[in-house]
Amino acid sequence: MDKMPRWADVLLVPVISLLLAAILSAMVILGIGENPLEALGYMVEGALGSSNGWSYTLYYATNFIFTGLAVAIAFHASLFNIGGEGQATLGGLGVALVCLALPWPHWTLALPAAIVGGAAFGAAWALIPAYLQAKRGSHIVITTIMFNYIAFALIIYLLNNGLKPVGQMESSSARFPDGAHLPTLEDMAALIGIEAFQRAPANISLFLALLAAYGVWVLLWRTPLGFEIRAFGKSEPAGRYAGISPTKIIMITMLISGGLAGLMAVNTVMGEAERLVNNSVQNAGFIGIAVALMGRSHPLGILIAGLLFGFLVQGGAELAFWTSIPTELIIVIQALVILFTGALDNMVRMPVEALFNRRRLAQSAARTPAE
Amino acid sequence: MSAPAIELKGISKAFGPVQANKDISISVQPGTIHGIIGENGAGKSTLMSILYGFYKADAGEIFIRGEKTAIPDSQAAISAGIGMVFQHFKLVENFTVLENIILGAEDGGLLKPSLAKARKLLKELADDYGLNVDPDALVETLSVGYQQRIEILKALYRQADILILDEPTGVLTPAEADQLFRILGRLREEGKTIILITHKLREIMDITDTVSVMRRGEMTATVKTSETSPTELAELMVGRKVLLRVDKKPATPGAPVLKVENLRIVDTKGVERVKGISFEVRAGEILGLAGVAGNGQSELLEVLGGYRPATGQVVMDNEEIDLTGAKSDGQSRRARGIAHVPEDRQREGLIMDFMAWENTAFGYHKDARYTKGVFADNAGIRGDTASKMARFDVRPPNPKLAAKNFSGGNQQKIVLAREIERNPNLLLIGQPTRGVDIGAIEFIHQQIVALRDQGKAILLVSVELDEILSLSDRIAVMFDGHLMGERLPSETDEKELGLLMAGVTPEAAE
Repeated sequence: MDKMPRWADVLLVPVISLLLAAILSAMVILGIGENPLEALGYMVEGALGSSNGWSYTLYYATNFIFTGLAVAIAFHASLFNIGGEGQATLGGLGVALVCLALPWPHWTLALPAAIVGGAAFGAAWALIPAYLQAKRGSHIVITTIMFNYIAFALIIYLLNNGLKPVGQMESSSARFPDGAHLPTLEDMAALIGIEAFQRAPANISLFLALLAAYGVWVLLWRTPLGFEIRAFGKSEPAGRYAGISPTKIIMITMLISGGLAGLMAVNTVMGEAERLVNNSVQNAGFIGIAVALMGRSHPLGILIAGLLFGFLVQGGAELAFWTSIPTELIIVIQALVILFTGALDNMVRMPVEALFNRRRLAQSAARTPAE
Repeated sequence: MSAPAIELKGISKAFGPVQANKDISISVQPGTIHGIIGENGAGKSTLMSILYGFYKADAGEIFIRGEKTAIPDSQAAISAGIGMVFQHFKLVENFTVLENIILGAEDGGLLKPSLAKARKLLKELADDYGLNVDPDALVETLSVGYQQRIEILKALYRQADILILDEPTGVLTPAEADQLFRILGRLREEGKTIILITHKLREIMDITDTVSVMRRGEMTATVKTSETSPTELAELMVGRKVLLRVDKKPATPGAPVLKVENLRIVDTKGVERVKGISFEVRAGEILGLAGVAGNGQSELLEVLGGYRPATGQVVMDNEEIDLTGAKSDGQSRRARGIAHVPEDRQREGLIMDFMAWENTAFGYHKDARYTKGVFADNAGIRGDTASKMARFDVRPPNPKLAAKNFSGGNQQKIVLAREIERNPNLLLIGQPTRGVDIGAIEFIHQQIVALRDQGKAILLVSVELDEILSLSDRIAVMFDGHLMGERLPSETDEKELGLLMAGVTPEAAE
């Protein structure tokens, strides 16, 4: 039995889920006495209405693409990596150490080094849970989430004991050298003579995220290793039969996953803050789970879902700024989107599937008249 | 003539676009054994599930003892006097026999009175039908045949006088199956009505009074067993003439390809599953390994296939094979010319969600001919799959269809095509025709024999004695991790093999 057409699977179902989340959010906004249409207006205006708004939206989207890809590749191996938060936190440490290590003369030199640093630290943070899963059967959901808390504590400790310059009040590292400054969208637009994206955080890491998405797609669907990852994820007994080592796949997949999460720090720590601050990840690791779910673990879907969540975060911030809708409610709206597109996916998917089945039945009945 | 025990009129049931039952009418006389035979997916189980209240028919009526009865759930089926013995038993392993029997039929809130009542009734049943069981034995300590008896007792305890048995002999030794048939005969004498669902022609011929044949959701014929023959039934099942015996020339065995010496396999729980066996398979012969499921054959295949560690010595083409360690995995085995069609194709042999072409490369995905540099040659694999599908008559011949959308027989053809087309020196093949329709069985058997005739060595593991007897050039029987001895198919029969499968040596039998 074939299911519904592909366009319905990748487009129709998420759109219906989104609409449901939007309707419910509208009711919540109505409930506190605000106008939902007006609220939507603020969100759209704030996130997409200006090049500055776009820049913020794209900045957040970049984070979510990295963490979404990290969750997705682990999903393909049937591993639920919810440690993106911690891996990205450690990625930040890696990026910061690289940026502070040398008086970088130019960003073209600093960026590759920071990529290696962020990915390596993120991957290393995933290594221990991966090893425990592969060799000891400790469930990766438990270990990765525990490692999140260890990461938070570790960063706070390091910021206050070593990374913080003497005499500074704020617990953050020293500012990175000017040579480690990544071109922002503003810089890039200026190169071609356009004045746009002023003082906004989106930077060249956005293209790194796009590249990573393409890389993940190539890896999963165009290489034998990706084939093994997907095969192992679908059926471990079959993987064993085919000679695919579970240990190897778990380790490699988690290293890639952690590395992708760690890369997020290139955007936040190097591209935006230009120093290591506490809580640089700001929940992007967790939102990555929703992005991967909504994007059906496909890089293209993740780009779209990442953009959507970027819009929600930026639009939500604007909403809180212009209306009396409290920030907590923004989180409620985001949670509704996550709930409908991620957790309740089947609630929408199954009726839509049944609808398509019925339609096809009716069509085939019409084609073959009663014998 | 009294009213039929069961009469179904015009039953239809569709699952999505699949019409599982089409306008089925059947009438079962009381006090008879009525066989329902058909290939996998013919709709037998669906029909019985409707009768037992698991599914609701789209159309049609059910009459029990002449009265129109609605069966919305299994509770209604039970109160109408219908009992069902499933292929996979529904017993709680760490409960006693007695506890299992009253489970779901307890009277009141306290267990003790129910247990006492059950104990008394169980004794009566044992006296009436010769169904002796120890009421206080733990189910997990009992043999499969014994467990099945408890399932029958469960139905009788619920006062069933119509018993449905779904493929009851699939897990039994031939001796246990004979015992079951004796019990069924006794139940018939006592006036019970029995519906026996099976795909085994021999069972139908041996025990039923009447037989109904199903094909593709339709009831194609109902005949008196005494007036039909296996050939006719097979034809009715498949819809064309089929060859029940395998057509093959005598083997011309060459040098040994695989030599196994004192192989021991201990599973992860520390239980020794294979207890020091030795045998060899020569070029150009099929060694059939008979045995009831769970006597170590599966583990043996896994060891030879490279995904289970073992101790002992295995020599392939005069070179020793690594049984543990780094060189002990499926891909190294394939590199040594060992191809493996695993027993459970849906769990191991295929990835059900993957498309046919992905499954064709599965296990060989790193081979030079399936790769281009570091990338997979997807277009090349698809082309290769299309030609394999044509040669092995896989239907539908669509490389982009997911494995789960093929029938059992066609799934097996995909696995076979993948493994045989590698031109291996040794083919390991487990349960080649389990869940495969008769039409495809013929084709699969021909392919195995053809590979043998090319001078390849084949190790065949099957729980179907018919298959072992008709395909093998030599037969070895496995019981409890030991080899019980070797026989030539021409010099043995089902009875002797059946005894060996039950662990009885010829000396002991005399």
